[in-house]
Amino acid sequence: MTVAYMQSIAERYLRLGYAPYRWFKAEDPPAWQPLTKPLSAARIGMLSTSGAYALGQVAYHYKDDASFRRIPASTADRELRFSHLTENYLVDARRDPGCIFPLRALDALEAEGFIGKLANEVFSCMGAVYSQRRVREELAPALLAAFKGQEVDAALLVSM
Amino acid sequence: MCLVARHLEANGIPTMCLGSALDIFESGRPPRATFVDYPLGHSAGKPFDPADQFGIVRAALSGFETMSQPGLIQRLSNRWDAQGEWQNGAARAKGGDTRQPRDETPQFQEPADRDAARANGLLRD
Repeated sequence: MTVAYMQSIAERYLRLGYAPYRWFKAEDPPAWQPLTKPLSAARIGMLSTSGAYALGQVAYHYKDDASFRRIPASTADRELRFSHLTENYLVDARRDPGCIFPLRALDALEAEGFIGKLANEVFSCMGAVYSQRRVREELAPALLAAFKGQEVDAALLVSM
Repeated sequence: MCLVARHLEANGIPTMCLGSALDIFESGRPPRATFVDYPLGHSAGKPFDPADQFGIVRAALSGFETMSQPGLIQRLSNRWDAQGEWQNGAARAKGGDTRQPRDETPQFQEPADRDAARANGLLRD
């Protein structure tokens, strides 16, 4: 059995007397854009919603922070940091960022030729933005512009 | 994440979501998803296990070439532990609120990170 996160969080909030959390429920099928070249020739972008930032950048705040960071793909693991509303899930990431922020894996897959090229910068945001409006109107368009600017052929989105 | 993936895809960028909450993917219906049944916080693999991490990322990316219709979720066979018992603890609705206080102050991981950001001219205070 997989974990029923939506149900358990709904029950916890109800018991604590909080307003119910409104999960995003897609009513329409998603769009579809095929990858038009082999992975081995593709430029790949990445977004992580784990609240990662690089040493020297500003951390996230926890009240619907809809900003994102551009993190150089060459950033060393020891210079990666995390701030996220649900910090309890970051214990391992703060010891080994690779379990949630796969820069080294993408480096290795590029070196091997499995992907053509990793973008020079990867993107990160703090996934716990409760305002769907702010995601739709601010975060999603900003990330689209950022990925377009990189001319990536595809994007890997790694969630918390 | 699902909202962002759907927006990128609708505007010409193929996306693959990699994550560990199957029910949230099923609700958000991203264009392509890869589900790894690990505790939250490990969607790219086990800590200090590069072989596991690289394998998961490789499998996720492979979906760009193997998945041929929108809304599919590929499930990886990786197991967190032999018993598969971690799920029982993770599904508990008991316990307090595990979230941090919500305000607009940057929540640096380390106190020295604040100084580093200030040195870059990114903080006013």
